[in-house]
Amino acid sequence: MFSLLRSMWLVFLHMFHKRETYQYPEEKAPLPARWRGRIALTRDPDGGERCVGCYLCAAACPVDCISLQAAEAPDGRRYPGFFRINFSRCIFCGFCEEACPTYAIQLLPDFEMAEYDRQNLVYEKEDLLINSQGKYPGYNYYRVAGMAIAGKDKGEARHEEPPVNVRSLLP
Amino acid sequence: MGTAFYIAAAVAVLSTIMVITRYNIMHALLYFNVSMLSVAVVFYLYGAPFMAALELIVYAGAIMVLIIFFVMMLNLGSQTAGEERSWMTPGVWIGPSVLCLVLLAELVYLMVQPADTGAEIKVVDPKEVGKSLFGPYMLAVELAGMLLMAGIVGAYHLGRQKKKIVHRFLENSPS
Amino acid sequence: MEAQYWWIIGGVLFVLLNTAAGLIWLERRMLALWQDRYGPNRAGPFGILIVLADTLKLFFKEDWIPPFADKVVFVFAPAVVVASVLMAFAVVPFGPGIVVADMNIGVLFFLAMSSLGVYSIVLGGWASNNKYALLGAMRGASQMISYEVFMGLALMGPVILSGTFNLSGIVEAQRGMWYIFPQLLGFVIFFIAGIAETHRLPFDIPEAESELVAGFHSEYSGMKFGMFFIGEYLGITLISSMIVTLYFGGWLGPAFLPGVIWFVLKTFVFIMVFILLRASMPRPRYDQLMEYGWKVLFPLSLLNLLGTAAVKLFIDK
Repeated sequence: MFSLLRSMWLVFLHMFHKRETYQYPEEKAPLPARWRGRIALTRDPDGGERCVGCYLCAAACPVDCISLQAAEAPDGRRYPGFFRINFSRCIFCGFCEEACPTYAIQLLPDFEMAEYDRQNLVYEKEDLLINSQGKYPGYNYYRVAGMAIAGKDKGEARHEEPPVNVRSLLP
Repeated sequence: MGTAFYIAAAVAVLSTIMVITRYNIMHALLYFNVSMLSVAVVFYLYGAPFMAALELIVYAGAIMVLIIFFVMMLNLGSQTAGEERSWMTPGVWIGPSVLCLVLLAELVYLMVQPADTGAEIKVVDPKEVGKSLFGPYMLAVELAGMLLMAGIVGAYHLGRQKKKIVHRFLENSPS
Repeated sequence: MEAQYWWIIGGVLFVLLNTAAGLIWLERRMLALWQDRYGPNRAGPFGILIVLADTLKLFFKEDWIPPFADKVVFVFAPAVVVASVLMAFAVVPFGPGIVVADMNIGVLFFLAMSSLGVYSIVLGGWASNNKYALLGAMRGASQMISYEVFMGLALMGPVILSGTFNLSGIVEAQRGMWYIFPQLLGFVIFFIAGIAETHRLPFDIPEAESELVAGFHSEYSGMKFGMFFIGEYLGITLISSMIVTLYFGGWLGPAFLPGVIWFVLKTFVFIMVFILLRASMPRPRYDQLMEYGWKVLFPLSLLNLLGTAAVKLFIDK
C-alpha cells in the first residue's frame, strides 16, 4: 500500500521535470551519423557512378524492394541500366549497404520521405543517385580493382603489380 | 401518478409476455430485466422507495447479471433458438396459458369488486423496513443469514483446489 | 419552479457531457505531463480542439455492426452505460438546491444505477460474439459485481453517521466535520471500489488492451465505441463527485465562493487523482484483483461498518 502511494507521489513529481518531446516539424531530432534512413547511390571522386550492377544488394534485400539491370558502357565500366527501390516496402535494414562491394549503395540519415501517393515512393535511379561520395570519400572502386576500363589498363590500379605474362619463361 | 403507474404496469406486462415468447434466451433475460425495472417503478410510485432500490440493486443488478453471466458462457448459438422453436408446439404452451388466464380472470374479478381499503399511499421509508426486519421478522432474517453463510462455506469448499504448479520455474515462488 | 427545474436538468446534462468530452483532452494532457511529454498541443490553444477533432472522427467513422453479432443487443449495450451513469447523476447534489431529483433514497439509487452499468459490459461483450470480447465481459461482470458489494458496504458508513439516504442530507450533516476523518477506511474502500466500478486503469481488466485487444468493446467502432468512451469518463466524474459528496463535504466550504464552485473544485481534484492513478499504476492480474477484493476489502468494509455502527450507538446513548 505504501509503495503504491510512493509511486503515485513520484509520478506526480514528474510534473516538474523537463519534457523529453521534440516538437518535430519545428525542432528536428538529432540523427546519429550512422542512422539508416533513405537509400542513395553515391559517386566516385571523379563523378562516375560507383554501382557496378552486381545484384548483391537485390539478393541481400529481405523484402525484395530493390530491382536493377546491369549494363556496360563502351569504356568498360559497368553501371545499372535502371535502379529502382520501392521505399514502401523497404525496411531500412541496411543489408544492401553491407552487401555492396563498391560502397555505392548507402543509407543516409534522412527519414522524411512521407508521400500521399504510394507510387511516389518508388524511387528511380535519377532519384537515388546523389552527387556525393557519401561515407567513404576518396574511394574509387575502379582505381583499386583490377578491372580494365578506358584510361586505366590492367595492372595500373593502386597497389597493383603489372600483370605477369604467363606465356613467358623469364622470371 | 395514475398515468405513470399504468405505463409502468403495461411495460411490465408486455415485457413479461416477451420473456416467455422469446426463443433466444439472452433476449428473454433482457426482457425479464425490463420487467423488473418497471416493477421497481411501480414499487416507487406506491410508496416503497426502499423496495424499489433493492429490486434494482439485488435483482436487476446482481442476480440477473449472474444468470446472464452463466448463459453467456454456455455459448448458445442460433441453432439453440431453433431447437427452442421446435419444442414450443401449441400443445406445450396451451395448458399453462389457460391456467394463467383463469388466474387473470380471478384477479380482474377481485379488482372490479368495490375496494374496501383506502387508496392513499403510505410511504415506507428504509427505517421502517429495517425495524420490521429486525423486529417481527428477526427469525426469518437470521435463518436467511444462516442459509447464506452455509452457501458461502459450501462455495469456498467447492472452489478450494490443490495448489497447481503451472511451470517448473514457478515451483519455488510464493502462491 | 417548473422552469427552474428544467434549467437544472439542462445545465447538469450540458456540463456533464462537456466535462466528459473535456476529460478526454485533460487526461491526455495530464498523462503526458506526468510522463514528461506534451500530449495533444497542436489543435487550438493547448490542443483543446482535439476534443472536437476526436468527436468528428468518431462521428464519421464507419459504424460497423459485425455480421456475427447479435444486432439488437449490440446496439443496445453502449447506450446502457451512458444512460445508467447519467441517471445516477440525477441524485448528486451539485450545490444547495441544485439537484435533479432530491430522492430520499439517493445513495441506494446511485448503487442501483451503478449496478445496472454492468449490463453494458456484459451485453456488449456477449453480443460481439468474439472470444476476447467475451473474456472481457466475463472479467468485467465478476469484477463489477464483486466491487459493488464493498462499495455498498463502504457507503453505509456515511449513511449511518448522518442517518439518512438522502445525499443532500448527508452533505448537510457534514457541516461540523467532513466524513473523511471518521470514515477514512470507508473512503479508501469506496475509492478502490470506485476505480474497479469504472474499470479505470489500475483495474481496467475488462479492457486490458495488452491481453484482450480491447476487451468487451473490441468489435465496436464509431459512435458506439464513443459511447463506451464517454461512459468511462462520465463514470470517473460520477465516482469523483460521489466521493466529494459522501466524504468531502459536497458543496460545503468557506463562504467566499459559491457552493457549486467548491463542489466542482473538489470533484476536479479527484478526477486528477484518477488520472494520476492511470499514470502510475500497473495492472494487477485478474485473480489478484478478486482475491484482494474478497479477502482484504470485504472484511475491512464489514469491520468499518461494524465499528461505525458501534461508535454511533455508543455516542447516541
